[in-house]
Amino acid sequence: MGSPILILELGAIILGLGILGRLAALIQLSPIPLYLLAGLMFGVGGAAPLETSEEFISVGAEIGVILLLLLLGLEYSADELITNLRRNYPGGIVDFVVNAAPGAIVGIILGWPIPGILAMAGVTYATSSGIAAKLLTDLGRLGNRETPIVLSLLVFEDLTMAIYLPILTALLAGVGFLGGSLTVLIAVAAVSVALIVALKFGRAINKIIFTNSDELLLLGVFGIVLIIAGIAQQLQVSDAVGAFLVGIALSGKVAESARAVLTPLRDLFAAVFFVFFGLRTDPRDIPSVLLIALVLVLVTAATKIGVGAWSAGRAGIALPGRVRAGMMLVPRGEFNIVIAGLATTAGLNQIGPLAATYVMMMAVLGPLLARFAAPLFRAFGKIRDSVRGPAGSPD
Amino acid sequence: MSNDESIEINETALPGIGLRHDFMTAKGQRIGVVSHRSGRRDILVYDRDDPDACSNTMTLSPEEADTVAEFLGTHRVTERLATLSDQVSSLRTHKVKVAHGSPYDGHPLGDAKVRTRTGASIVAVLREQEAIASPTPDFSLEGGDVLIVVGTDDALSSVDQIIAG
Repeated sequence: MGSPILILELGAIILGLGILGRLAALIQLSPIPLYLLAGLMFGVGGAAPLETSEEFISVGAEIGVILLLLLLGLEYSADELITNLRRNYPGGIVDFVVNAAPGAIVGIILGWPIPGILAMAGVTYATSSGIAAKLLTDLGRLGNRETPIVLSLLVFEDLTMAIYLPILTALLAGVGFLGGSLTVLIAVAAVSVALIVALKFGRAINKIIFTNSDELLLLGVFGIVLIIAGIAQQLQVSDAVGAFLVGIALSGKVAESARAVLTPLRDLFAAVFFVFFGLRTDPRDIPSVLLIALVLVLVTAATKIGVGAWSAGRAGIALPGRVRAGMMLVPRGEFNIVIAGLATTAGLNQIGPLAATYVMMMAVLGPLLARFAAPLFRAFGKIRDSVRGPAGSPD
Repeated sequence: MSNDESIEINETALPGIGLRHDFMTAKGQRIGVVSHRSGRRDILVYDRDDPDACSNTMTLSPEEADTVAEFLGTHRVTERLATLSDQVSSLRTHKVKVAHGSPYDGHPLGDAKVRTRTGASIVAVLREQEAIASPTPDFSLEGGDVLIVVGTDDALSSVDQIIAG
């Protein structure tokens, strides 16, 4: 068994995260930036580096990534993904181009190698669907007419991740052009096969896996996802994508029950993952990237707002709804850190501090914008109306 | 039931969440319902000044939604029967409308001898906005009534023929 210090350290970390989580809930913000901050404090070059628990945390972090993607996959059925892809690809492609570009450009300016540039593009591209979906619910916006547009952009991004992550993993592994193309082929084939299997045999698969016992369902689904993720990793397709595909293949009652039993597990290990990323990042590197991060924050907040507003406008939504749609897409979070984590693990240490700083700012700024944009906009409208002379104030 | 056709209902998929239905009331208020896959229901009231946004959203648990639906009318009864038939694979639920001028228009339900002749059961009668559960044989049918029948596929098609006359 491990030393008593290990258990003590783990307990302190988890309790610490619990307290931070409560603090985040109190001020109604995502806990992700706080978890990252905690990791920064306890990691390399931080205020109180950990001694013994790093190995456990590193394995826990890997499980965290797998569970993050599994639960993301559980949110969607293959039908939904395919319908969405068919209907909304123009918006999705614009979203990708406009929001991946700033990250890529920064990577190029900083003279990073190609995998680093690609990783940074992913960091600025993906909206945090976790934070955005929670905001939509919390702010009572599920019924709003712009919401389906926001959701479809999120779905498109998530599906893009399933193709993007294996490509990134392959490039990070430093395989040559031939090996790289092969991995990409395997990835595309795996995604297609998984979607087809889910569409054709989804019912049968779900029937086999379903059980009324929460315990057996937890063990079954968790075991399957780890095995598939492990196989995917062996094929260099990225364990995260394997987990995402398992999530898509499961649907109906299995997905619902699995979501219920796995969510607490995901929350625990995802928190560990954010801490791990923070641990691996040296806070002393942050001041030198602060300015770049700030520029990226401003630029990519604007590009996301632009894409959201444009997509909503195409769907005939009026100006206030367009603004809301744009603001809703600003938060970045878990997957941006997943991407940066992959790059860091592969030895691209430059990306960590920038990504951590960027995501911390975006995870705070995004929800604030989403929450206060609409009231500000309305207040602005009222001032304008009162200047023009009120024709009949609604109040 | 008949005013269904005059209401234009928008159905929108919310990927990852469920379905949204909304429509404009005669008085010009847009209202809607989000049906979450978990069974949760949100009742939506749209803002008159900003018709893309909801001015109010009420969240109902499945039980609360059932209760509200019961206060409002009969649709949920049929929906629940439909899920019942999903659970028992060989059983189907079916709606049979009693046409005006049908042989049973104005006659007691018992005259049709549905159960004896087909094995299917009439579990409810929908009349205007009301559902009459477990109607007795002396229940007098009227043109426009809708019978909710549970049975096997074969039995249900026989019921159709009997009621059509």
